Amino acid sequence: MYQEIILDHYRTPHGAGLREPFDAESFQINPTCGDEITLRVRLDGDTVADVSYETLGCSISQASASVLTDLVVGKSTQDCLTVLRAFQEMAQGRGQVEPNEDVLGDGVAFAGVARYPARVKCALLGWMAFKDALVKSEGGS
Amino acid sequence: MDVTKIRADFPILSRTVRDGKPLVYLDSGATSQRPRQVLDAERAFLEQHNAAVHRGAHQLAEEATDAYESARARIAAFVGVRPDEVVFTKNATEGVNLVAYAFSNATTFGGDASRFALGPGDEIVITELEHHANLVPWQELCRRTGAALRWYSVTDDGRVDLDSIALTERTKIVAFAHQSNVLGTVLPIAELVARARAVGALTLLDACQSVPHMPVHFGDLGVDFAVFSGHKMLGPSGVGVLYGRSELLAAMPPFLTGGSMIEMVRMEGTTYAPPPQKFEAGVPMTSQAVGLGAAVDYLTDIGMDALHEHELELTERALEGLAAVPGVRIIGPTTLESRGGAVAFVVDGIHAHDVGQVLDDHGVAVRVGHHCAWPLHRRFGIAATVRASFHVYSTPDEVDALVDGVRAAREFFGVASGDGSRGTRRGG
Repeated sequence: MYQEIILDHYRTPHGAGLREPFDAESFQINPTCGDEITLRVRLDGDTVADVSYETLGCSISQASASVLTDLVVGKSTQDCLTVLRAFQEMAQGRGQVEPNEDVLGDGVAFAGVARYPARVKCALLGWMAFKDALVKSEGGS
Repeated sequence: MDVTKIRADFPILSRTVRDGKPLVYLDSGATSQRPRQVLDAERAFLEQHNAAVHRGAHQLAEEATDAYESARARIAAFVGVRPDEVVFTKNATEGVNLVAYAFSNATTFGGDASRFALGPGDEIVITELEHHANLVPWQELCRRTGAALRWYSVTDDGRVDLDSIALTERTKIVAFAHQSNVLGTVLPIAELVARARAVGALTLLDACQSVPHMPVHFGDLGVDFAVFSGHKMLGPSGVGVLYGRSELLAAMPPFLTGGSMIEMVRMEGTTYAPPPQKFEAGVPMTSQAVGLGAAVDYLTDIGMDALHEHELELTERALEGLAAVPGVRIIGPTTLESRGGAVAFVVDGIHAHDVGQVLDDHGVAVRVGHHCAWPLHRRFGIAATVRASFHVYSTPDEVDALVDGVRAAREFFGVASGDGSRGTRRGG
């Protein structure tokens, strides 16, 4: 499960920290373990200009948030949702879903997490925060 | 105590996990494993005697009722109370809710029940180390009645600070764990009961982590109510116990209502059966109660003193073994004084989930997270801990496997080299 890519992102997270300005913020919590993430999204028109975040969580949840920033910043919101869906399908696929590296990039490293149902929520925590923030930002504009 | 012989009674302990690793089950605080004697008792009941209890006059109905009531009597004796003071519930959580809802029903029930009624200005007192099961039902009772929830705080070494608040004549209920499910701390029950009695408050003991692991006599402890779960004491899930002093159970309004719990039903209104039936609406869990009776017999044969001694030896080994690993911090008492066998810890630089994952890869099953005691974790400024917990079948070798696994986790996450900067962080 602990692919080297995951450990790299965990040790050196991309885009970590909370930044201003932002269009929407989401706070998500994993009730089974108490892990938290606060994630902010800044849009430039229809493009995700920045994602910043603060996490309190395990290596999987931290690395996942780091990979997320790599995958979504600079993309249109529609493309982001495509990536999000692909990531979610893989994570919830119990190891049966073949991930598409063209869409998911480093995110394919999380395919192994899908075989550990208890950890799927860890991998998805940041993505759920991103989805929530995106909805909020579009609702507010 | 012959642990090798005991382990042979537990079929699950001989299985392997994660590609052939022997199972090292150190999560008995969450749920214990069940010996063949318990499984056989359930099966024998279902194959030979199954019927709805306290109904019907056919032979099976008689046998099923006898088996159910015999289990109640043995369980009652096990914790030093009378059979009619033992109410079967789904689990301990339901037991606490039963008391909380009976008390809020008291407001409108009329008659003698009004003595249990709560309102604005009244207080319910708990402790900061409670499992959510002995916390949330009281928050909700306060919300329904306008009473206020207060709590004894917890000290840095994981003890309840009895001087942190003073009870008042408006304190109606004091509810507390016998042993913390996280820290292993055994609370000063005699003192808590004495203070509650001094102001006329009722007491409720969460005995989920004590009854399965040490001799417990509710009568001697002097508590008014107590709850525990079958599945943590080698018994089935789906059955728990609420103990209540008979005088209190007789005066309390019911919680769930329906069949079985009635005395006389007319379209205009109903009167209720005496306890414990008053609190057992509907056809109860029966094979589970029979199984719990068998679990109590099994524990009695082993001897609760011997079992407790065994667990303390394992706890000491775990405390010493973990203390020798750099970067490991025990959350809770670090000595055996007033302590039982739950050992919670954090590893500097590695989130509890990640420690648990490496342990799992070694076949070691522990609990990670907040263990349904989130405020307690917040009190210690941590999101999650790793918890090892033991039972009669746990061995010193398994404790050593835990310690080895923690060392392996430190190696894997690269904190063993003294670089502590790679761990759990807030922000970046």
